[in-house]
Amino acid sequence: MAGIVSPGFFGRRRDASPRLPPGQYLVRDFPVLSAGPTPRVNLDTWEFRIATETGEKRTWDWPAFQALPADDVTVDLHCVTKWSKLATSWRGVSVDTLLDGIETDAEYALVHAFGGYTTNLPLADLRGGKAWVAYGYDGADLTPEHGGPARLLVPHLYLWKSAKWVRGIDLRRTDERGFWEQLGYHNYGDPWLEQRYSAD
Amino acid sequence: MSVPLDGNAIAGALGELFAVDVSVARLECGGCGMEGVVAEVVVYIDAPGVVARCRACDNVLFRLVRAPDRAWLDLRGVAYLRLRTTST
Amino acid sequence: MARAAVLRGLSWRVATVVGVRDETAAGRTIVFELPGWPGHAAGQHVDVRLTAPDGYSTQRSYSIASAPGGDLVELTVERLPDGEVSPYLTQVLSVGDQIELRGPIGGWFVWDDASPDPVLLIAGGSGVVPLAAMVRARFAVGSSAPFRLLYSVRDPASLLFGAELDHYQRTDLSFGVHLAFTRTAPADVPRPVGRIDAAFLTDATAGGPFSAPDAPAVFACGPTGFVEAVANLVVAAGHEARRIKTERFGPSGSQR
Repeated sequence: MAGIVSPGFFGRRRDASPRLPPGQYLVRDFPVLSAGPTPRVNLDTWEFRIATETGEKRTWDWPAFQALPADDVTVDLHCVTKWSKLATSWRGVSVDTLLDGIETDAEYALVHAFGGYTTNLPLADLRGGKAWVAYGYDGADLTPEHGGPARLLVPHLYLWKSAKWVRGIDLRRTDERGFWEQLGYHNYGDPWLEQRYSAD
Repeated sequence: MSVPLDGNAIAGALGELFAVDVSVARLECGGCGMEGVVAEVVVYIDAPGVVARCRACDNVLFRLVRAPDRAWLDLRGVAYLRLRTTST
Repeated sequence: MARAAVLRGLSWRVATVVGVRDETAAGRTIVFELPGWPGHAAGQHVDVRLTAPDGYSTQRSYSIASAPGGDLVELTVERLPDGEVSPYLTQVLSVGDQIELRGPIGGWFVWDDASPDPVLLIAGGSGVVPLAAMVRARFAVGSSAPFRLLYSVRDPASLLFGAELDHYQRTDLSFGVHLAFTRTAPADVPRPVGRIDAAFLTDATAGGPFSAPDAPAVFACGPTGFVEAVANLVVAAGHEARRIKTERFGPSGSQR
């Protein structure tokens, strides 16, 4: 599909790094991708909910969520549109903390966001210190354009799995595809295996 | 900030897939029933795919994902599309 | 078995640069030769695809600035300070170079050169490019459709096609231009610096068939915020939504 080379065109700066998965290039800014209007989320009515496959629910309002133990993590981000941003600093609650004490046999998770966005992943990928619900970025509150007040952060998968404006997680016995997984994007999305598109 | 555009911006991407100009097609929103033209719908292109939304109700009208060798088009938010064809 | 005509979608073609022309400090017109170009309508755009030596590729949309006719196509591109493609198109690309281009694209935001209806054009910044193509097409075909261009621009130095538009309005009373300078106005302009607002719209559409009762065809092009604002003004002034066609461009992906 590559066409004729345009003499003198190099495009966006693309540095090599052993921390870059195949096909990715480094960015220094933080691109904003969005599939719809930025939801205006009111912290007075914000609620985060985990629902199990049996219908059990656990919810947190904003003060209760802020009172949970939080981690400060530095991670690399890989977007399926081919940019990567290294060493980003986040503050958020480990999903392990949110799942602690919840009885479930579920193998899958369907993540819901304000504005209607969804994404799916195996529940195991949300456990074991691999995923957070983040509300701080680079030492400040997470801004709405980057998913504030809170977004999911699952840095070992392509960034579309890290749902902005996250509002809850359904724990499920069966897998259900999310917004992009329904339409050609890979069901799992491992950047190191370059799992961008579904196999058909 | 990621600012939405309109259906004119994806006329090329649609033109690659269809023999007729889909950007001039009339459509009805499956969410609120508003009628309009593809060229005038709200379009988000700074995303893993193209997302077209109704200007009246924000309902997702259609989505387009382009891989190097394949394309996916989801029209489930559209009640109908009316295309102009050459008369036979 | 009968042979049916095979309909084909758009595909990329190779365009050769045959001329460049600086319009402003940041704006340049690039003239492309496109063998077999099927022709375009005023208001249409093209997609441009650039590929780096390592295979990295990116594409953007740009409006066609030239009037239809022949197999030369002109794009007028304004350089964005942090742009990826526009600095290349305006500073590097030279006569003899080739790029990939597909088009013409978009049959909605076009002026029908056979229509005698009055036309109200509203441009924000480089959104003037497809509207200039409509003006050029009007003069090229000798149409007598009344045209008025309302053009919002940062400062005099950013004005695209200033001399040409001025020439047209001196030679034809049914064509007029009204400029709104948003940051710095020339000394000889009595109107204070400011955006296109309801009062400007009223003044600029006076003295011709450009008010709501005249039902002119309205074309508005510019950045998304500009287009939303002027479309609301035009609707508030009583124009029917179905007479208003809009085209938005943004800082990335599809800048014009």
